[in-house]
Amino acid sequence: MPIVIENMSHVYQPGSPFKADALTDISLTIEDGELLALIGHTGSGKSTLAQHLNGLLQPTSGRVLVNGQDINEKGTNRRALRQQVGLLFQYAEYQLFEETVYKDIAFGPKNQGLTGDELDRRVREAFALVHLPEDCLEKSPFELSGGQMRRVALAGVLAMKPSVLVLDEPIAGLDPRGREELMQIIDELHDKGVTIVLISHNMDDVARMATKVAVLDKGCLAMHGTPREVFSRGDELEKMGLDVPQTVQLCRQLRRGGMDVPDCLTDEELAQAIVSALKGGKADA
Amino acid sequence: MLKDITLGQFYPVDSFVHRLDPRIKIILTFAFIVGVFLGGTLWAYIPVIAFIYLAAKAAHLPIKMLLKGLKPLRFILIFTFVLNLFFSGGDTVLVKLWFIVISKEGLMTAIRFSARLVFLVTGASLLTLTTSPVVLTDGLERLLSPLRKIGFPAHELAMMMTIALRFIPTLLEEADKIMKAQMARGADFESGNIMQRAKAMIPLLVPLFVSAFRRAGDLAMAMEARCYHGGEGRTRMRVLKITKNDWIAVAVVAAMIVLTSLL
Repeated sequence: MPIVIENMSHVYQPGSPFKADALTDISLTIEDGELLALIGHTGSGKSTLAQHLNGLLQPTSGRVLVNGQDINEKGTNRRALRQQVGLLFQYAEYQLFEETVYKDIAFGPKNQGLTGDELDRRVREAFALVHLPEDCLEKSPFELSGGQMRRVALAGVLAMKPSVLVLDEPIAGLDPRGREELMQIIDELHDKGVTIVLISHNMDDVARMATKVAVLDKGCLAMHGTPREVFSRGDELEKMGLDVPQTVQLCRQLRRGGMDVPDCLTDEELAQAIVSALKGGKADA
Repeated sequence: MLKDITLGQFYPVDSFVHRLDPRIKIILTFAFIVGVFLGGTLWAYIPVIAFIYLAAKAAHLPIKMLLKGLKPLRFILIFTFVLNLFFSGGDTVLVKLWFIVISKEGLMTAIRFSARLVFLVTGASLLTLTTSPVVLTDGLERLLSPLRKIGFPAHELAMMMTIALRFIPTLLEEADKIMKAQMARGADFESGNIMQRAKAMIPLLVPLFVSAFRRAGDLAMAMEARCYHGGEGRTRMRVLKITKNDWIAVAVVAAMIVLTSLL
């Protein structure tokens, strides 16, 4: 279910003194099975873009096509669309409201009209995907830790079985362990064939997991390509106030020190490159 | 969606009127209201209209913005006009249609009362459009502070108002976000009968309350951490000072009131 964005612009509160151009002329295609990382400085329009993917926001101009269908055309079934394109907001733990974790996860599929065994199966499946202790299911979500609550919120989205999952800074504010666990869950979902759009500030995660990277700068799409392509333009990224992954940082410093290594994205690759650079002197890494 | 609700409706530009002392502006607004009621004839409204127009110009306010404040009042306006038109009595009959009688006096009263309403609302809007809520409560606190002697909690009241106003946009934003998050999970806030709609609000209200209480707790803690202990002995960062411009504003309003009561 590819998502195609065509010349999309979004203006907040047009015609008022609070008018703000959030997105300008974005064209972007998200292919099936991709893990697209959306990066950009705070206020660059990442979250605004994410909310266009399932019709929560409508573009001021341009189109968003999901599976070839313009989602903002009249008569589009928004509910069906939101089932197909799941969106997990920033700090999603604040959306929990039910008495038990089970009921909260059931909220989405219930809205889809599911009942009985089917509903129960969906809830348990989604719950299993987020690796929480079994006894959490009957607890109140407000008894859980922040990281656990966020995973419950993720389960609430997963219970709708979306084929595209949009995650808005899913690891913000979590401790290192919570981050690790959540990234693993995302990795597993991607392996299962779910298309993922991941908004993140953690370039190491992006380098490790993403198949494509899109860079937003002041509401414009500044770069779009594989992580290797994007992170090779480190100087430009730094000008936009963005980091490069630690591996790339190290490569750049090594080159500055005279060692001939290309930009590497993973630890293994970097180790290989250093080894061959040391062995072969100036030989190709 | 929810962001379209303008509360306090402050229009953030820099102008002569925006820079006036809030205390003076509050007092002048009341004086303006009294002035409007002093005018008896329709001629008396010319200075009022001229004043509103000039004030809007001086404040760099689009007239449209000023008139927008009248929109929620349109039914009351029509009601006032119609009621006065038909039921004021009077001798000079203009139109007589079966039992409907429109007299000249009735027409005049209808115009006068509706005009007064319009002036009251635009006058008050002039204040709220040109004064940020925080500055407004600051001015209010200073104006009410003499009442502290008889035990009136001026500072506490102003602090409560400031905090409440400060959190309206925050809570609106939060509500908007939670609403979207639930909509992303298939929630429907827009259709159904009243009961269904009320029930649909639960997924919005519960998280909103939880976060409002969390914020309140955090804020109380943060205030205490910075040694907040009420208004006693508290100094201000922005000390209000009456300047020459304030006196000019006073003079203009006074002129308007005099003209209105003479005409």
